[in-house]
Amino acid sequence: MPLSADGDALRLKDDDDVAVALRPLAPGDQVRFPDRTIVVKIAIPSGHKLAVRAIEGGALIRKYGQVIGRAAAPIADGEHVHVHNVEGTRGRGDLAEATS
Amino acid sequence: MNSKTFQGYRRANGTVGVRNHVLVIPSVMCANHVVDRIGRAVPDVVTVTHPTGCAQVGADFEQTKRTMAGFAANPNVGAVLVVGLGCETNESKALTQEIAARGQRVEVLGIQETGGTTETIARGIEMARGLLAEAAVHQRETCSVSELILGTECGGSDGFSGITANPALGFASDRLVAEGGTVILAEVPELVGAEHLLAARASEPVAAKLYEMIERVEARARAMHVDMRYGNPTQGNIAGGLSTIEEKSLGAAYKGGSTALREVVEYAERPSERGLIVMDTPGQDIEQMTGMIAGGAQVVVFTTGRGTPTGSPIVPVIKVATNSPMFQKMRENMDVNAGTILDGTCTLEEVGDEIFDWIVDAANGRQPAAEALGFHDFAINRIGPSF
Repeated sequence: MPLSADGDALRLKDDDDVAVALRPLAPGDQVRFPDRTIVVKIAIPSGHKLAVRAIEGGALIRKYGQVIGRAAAPIADGEHVHVHNVEGTRGRGDLAEATS
Repeated sequence: MNSKTFQGYRRANGTVGVRNHVLVIPSVMCANHVVDRIGRAVPDVVTVTHPTGCAQVGADFEQTKRTMAGFAANPNVGAVLVVGLGCETNESKALTQEIAARGQRVEVLGIQETGGTTETIARGIEMARGLLAEAAVHQRETCSVSELILGTECGGSDGFSGITANPALGFASDRLVAEGGTVILAEVPELVGAEHLLAARASEPVAAKLYEMIERVEARARAMHVDMRYGNPTQGNIAGGLSTIEEKSLGAAYKGGSTALREVVEYAERPSERGLIVMDTPGQDIEQMTGMIAGGAQVVVFTTGRGTPTGSPIVPVIKVATNSPMFQKMRENMDVNAGTILDGTCTLEEVGDEIFDWIVDAANGRQPAAEALGFHDFAINRIGPSF
């Protein structure tokens, strides 16, 4: 699993759309993975996710090589990926048709 | 290869305990006060109290009764005193019979039959002392770790749970299963989004039952017209970096390791297979822990990112921190620091070995933090309303 050059972030599977910040990241920080360098766009707390590629609105988002949700808005690389721009695809009873 | 051993209590019904407690348990909440007073007067017994046991029907009542009986018959308990009121749905003598049928030494006391609070407390103190003397004759002897049922749990998860503590616990789970032991993976709402990974390691009927349990969770969310995310992941999970239930689940599923899924059981149901088991419990920590213990777990390993202190009165609960800052801040509540994997000072396998060693040590009598601090958390999962 690719760890960025300075151990700043961890991308769990090669094809993942996100990496996990291993320390607080600040705007302008460069996170260097073997295959690309991402410039952090907004403060990202430790343990939170940053986009390692541009994600289109509505696209499925992968971490651990698995789907963790769907982009609720377009997400640029280096952005914070969290509840403000990701929605779950499961347990969404709020989307169920009214039955009564 | 001979499996690893520990010094445990071999019970008459063939199960093996790692503790030898005398438990005082109310069959109904109306007996909580008496149970509490007996516990204060006889500090060597353990007590639990709860808000259940009356005006319950159907599957909800059955589950409540099964949980109390399974918990009381857990092999970490050497003898039991049931205290009832006399008019409750969960009739104390019937509960006592169910506990006895599981091979447990049990006595019963009713408040209405005895004639009031004070007299029942006095009688209860006397009976508790008698049961303590009886249980004291049990001695530890050499037992195989294949007799262990490990409950796995994560609470207060964060963005590191699925990277450090849960995979390290999964490594320990695989070691226990390789030794012939049993591992319970539970909190089914926190498998939503990861169920296909488990189903791929299961026979067709077991996979079908797992999918059915997952569907029950999502059907509840549909019936309530809610997005699960408003309650799970929790506010703390979200603050810790988890964005959706799928993300939380994918990290949580690592706790069970990588072996074949052998069986899927209901809440508080004792597994009939060995190896990896899924139990249908909610993600709510204490209801989950109680269900696994009622299903026979003698040891629990509980990973936490935010710092969850939960512990059981009858089972050692080993705490594994997902990150070093929380481990340092909540030091008295933690046993293992899996944050060392991120710090680069330990490998995942080394932390997994440390967890496995802790499981065996706890089985031998070593007290993890939650046990030393005297926690006696207990809660039964309700699946229907009170009437």
